[in-house]
Amino acid sequence: MSNHLLSLLIWLPILGAVPVLLAGGQRPNAARWISLLVAVATFAASLALVHVYDPSTGTMQVGENLNWIASVGIHYSLAVDGISVALIALTSFTTILVIVGAWEVIAVRTHQYMAAMLVLEGLMVGVFCATDALLFYVFFEAMLIPMFIIIGIWGGPRRVYATLKFFIYTFFGSIFMLVGLIYLYSKAHTFDIATLAHLPLSMTEQSWLFFAFLLGFAIKVPMVPVHTWLPDAHVEAPTGGSVVLAAVMLKIGGYGFLRFSLPIVPDASEHFAPLVIVLSLIAVVYIGYVALAQEDMKKLVAYSSIAHMGFVTLGIFIAFMLVREHNNVQAAHLGMQGAMIQMISHGFISGAMFTCIGVLYDRMHTRQIKDYGGVINVMPWFGLFYVLFAMANSGLPGTSGFVGEFMVILAAFQANPWIALFAAFTLIIGAAYTLWMVKRVLWGEVTNHHVAEMKDINARETFVLAAFAAAVLLFGIWPQPLVHLMDASVGQLVQKLAYSKV
Amino acid sequence: MPTFNDFLILLPEAYLTVAACVILLMDAFLKGGQRVAIHWLSIIVLLVGAWLVIDGQPATAVSGFSGMFIRDPVAEILKVFSLLTTALMFIYSRGYLRDRNINEGEYYALTLFAVIGIMVLVSAGSLVTVYLGLELLTLSSYALVALNRDSKLSSEAAIKYFVLGALASGMLLYGMSMIYGATHSLDLATILHVQNVEWRNLMLFGVVFAIVGIGFKLGAAPFHMWIPDVYQGAPTAVTIFIGTAQKIAAFGMAYRLLDSGLGAYAHEWRMMLAVLAVLSLAIGNLLAIVQTNLKRLLAYSTISHMGFLLLGLVEANPAGYSAAMFYAISYALTSAAAFGIILAMSRAGFECEEIDDFKGLNQRSPWFAFLMMLVMFSLAGVPPLFGFFGKLLVLQSAIDAGFLWLAVVGAVFAIIGLYYYLRVVKVMYFDAPVEGTDVRAQPDMPLRFVLSLNALALLALGIAWGPLFAWCQRAFGITA
Repeated sequence: MSNHLLSLLIWLPILGAVPVLLAGGQRPNAARWISLLVAVATFAASLALVHVYDPSTGTMQVGENLNWIASVGIHYSLAVDGISVALIALTSFTTILVIVGAWEVIAVRTHQYMAAMLVLEGLMVGVFCATDALLFYVFFEAMLIPMFIIIGIWGGPRRVYATLKFFIYTFFGSIFMLVGLIYLYSKAHTFDIATLAHLPLSMTEQSWLFFAFLLGFAIKVPMVPVHTWLPDAHVEAPTGGSVVLAAVMLKIGGYGFLRFSLPIVPDASEHFAPLVIVLSLIAVVYIGYVALAQEDMKKLVAYSSIAHMGFVTLGIFIAFMLVREHNNVQAAHLGMQGAMIQMISHGFISGAMFTCIGVLYDRMHTRQIKDYGGVINVMPWFGLFYVLFAMANSGLPGTSGFVGEFMVILAAFQANPWIALFAAFTLIIGAAYTLWMVKRVLWGEVTNHHVAEMKDINARETFVLAAFAAAVLLFGIWPQPLVHLMDASVGQLVQKLAYSKV
Repeated sequence: MPTFNDFLILLPEAYLTVAACVILLMDAFLKGGQRVAIHWLSIIVLLVGAWLVIDGQPATAVSGFSGMFIRDPVAEILKVFSLLTTALMFIYSRGYLRDRNINEGEYYALTLFAVIGIMVLVSAGSLVTVYLGLELLTLSSYALVALNRDSKLSSEAAIKYFVLGALASGMLLYGMSMIYGATHSLDLATILHVQNVEWRNLMLFGVVFAIVGIGFKLGAAPFHMWIPDVYQGAPTAVTIFIGTAQKIAAFGMAYRLLDSGLGAYAHEWRMMLAVLAVLSLAIGNLLAIVQTNLKRLLAYSTISHMGFLLLGLVEANPAGYSAAMFYAISYALTSAAAFGIILAMSRAGFECEEIDDFKGLNQRSPWFAFLMMLVMFSLAGVPPLFGFFGKLLVLQSAIDAGFLWLAVVGAVFAIIGLYYYLRVVKVMYFDAPVEGTDVRAQPDMPLRFVLSLNALALLALGIAWGPLFAWCQRAFGITA
């Protein structure tokens, strides 16, 4: 059983989508219940994975290896380390909440929506456990298809523009990565990531490959200046689409850096680390200011996502600087650890923020901040959750938002206090744009009769928000289990940083 | 003197020739309702032909008629897939032909003769056989394009096709005369092994003209002018033939001429093919963006796909040829499904070929919208569909051949190409159906069933493409 646990995690939701499509055409309720069942089963399987996984060594585990295309040497090989396990659990957790969140909200072609979500879940899990570069690429790209459909069918007024931009932008980045991977294959005659990590590469080769990977993953994260698809995609996507996009899909960019850039082109990564660090700081500071100016709530959270993901890339590449230039392995470990925790925590927080906005949107059909005001007077329970997530988004200690950012800033301080100073700006700007939004939406008098007619959250919405809240608080107050899960794997990654290929 | 063995080698072709004549006769004598027999018989004839090809396949390459006709594993694969895609096309076309009162008998007979042309072409061991097969194929095709006599568009397309095709044949023949002049031989194997060609420049001119002929047949830019008009003007039941079996044939012709005959000049023709590839990628993808007619869009998409196919050929070794052959097969199967869906949606008096006709298809025929989505993503090269792996292999060929820049160009144009394929998906899924229209698939069960299998095969072969590629590799002598 545990031998095929990863395959189960990938294929259960994908194949589970088939009965949803078949049964749900005329009976949306059947589609809802079957997809919930599949999602819960997948979540259970991911908990089993957490249980089976042995965090003490941090190596790749629970592996499977099948010869996929023998004549070319492409393998269907899967394995996970602590980081993958955490991300897989995040994925399956989010999917349940997205399906519950869409229960009545998605009224047209419900079965197709649910099926697309399940397929998306399976493919994302596949991305997190593929250890063959081509298999990774297949999942990485295939993932775009369901998301394209989700934004395009159930999205807002400019959905077609947004979804085309999303698809083409991402494809643009990844196809160059594919060329890079084929180049590596023609040298090593394998797509196995672990073997590629030991392939000697000259600095010129590494530099080209680094930019091929950077293009692919920076668009996914997204980093400045290739972030422009994200606000459009988020604003137009249905709530569930935004949640998955922010909570899981963006993490795939950060994850890609860890799996590809870091072990395969370490010297080029070190050489270009300052570039990535500067781009990350621009994301943190400049995009933070951009978020401040937004009048659309979803756009505001979308920009705040870019700023927060800046910490992920900062944490990963600051580790290079610390190991290679300062020989400070401990701080590098801290930075990398912080980046990983930031990924998971941002998954919960951004997912929760988008769910909150979805709740408001379902009632008012507007996302403009100016249309709201005094919501707390009519929706006190909702206000409770909204404030909690806003606090987490601005990095309040005691929430998971604080832990990762604080660790990254601490690590950055040991590399260069200036970097830490700029990174720490987020504590001010993040608080400013989030709390200002809360002020304008929640507090004050009820501004218009539409707001006055709003009903407080129902049991279903409460369940979704409470689940997110529990995760945010749990990992804020007691991050130890998460740290423990990933610690040894992060240690392994940090060791690889020092390994030079030239 | 030809021996009995020579004829044995030729068995599938001989059988098909007899069968085509029988079908022609049946067309003359059968009346009304009995004519449905011609349809099924033609399909059976093709399938039996494929069986004969596989069953009688000798273990190694054999040649007959003093080396003019070669039966080797490469020819076997190309023949099998030409016959199979033609059988698919017959199944898809029946309702279309009936609704338009096109003479079915002529359609089947002409197509069968064209298929015989393909089989001779891909088995060619001499310049004469290449020309013979090519002319049998193209002359039948000209007539097929003009089959819908009452349509002005169809006649115009046929004349364009004929004039440009004749020109290309002339060029090819001229090139062949130069090659003959330089090597004193028409036999491809002899040409390959002629040492110290006296008239090297003459030979190179011959190579150039051969490439013109091949470029025309493939529809690679700058010899693509006929493609859009012929694709659009020809009855869809014929366009599908040009888009599937003929592409496989064109690959076979390129392989026979360039590798079996002119392999010694690979260094020269590789560069020429690289130029053709870049032009085809650019022209095909950029012009496809502005098309509103789906058949025309697929025509420009063909041009770009031939650009990708050429990326495999530039490697000029067995690995590259097997990648290019795999690409040709993957393209033929995908394109068969694409035109199959257009055929399935068309009815009497209504050609479902404008992109706008597909608006909101997901609300009316979700299953066919899904199949078309698979086809579009396969054409665009999005994993896990079949088309992606074809692209992967040819890009790899280009990189292995040292044409890294060509692979990057291919990647850039793949992104541009993505846009227009996505536009079709967008129209089907995100737009509302046009009021007052009712675009639905024909209730023809064999068509629905086979078309579904065809499109699902794109997904299945995307997941399990190993055996097919291994078969292609073995044909070129690569053993894993």
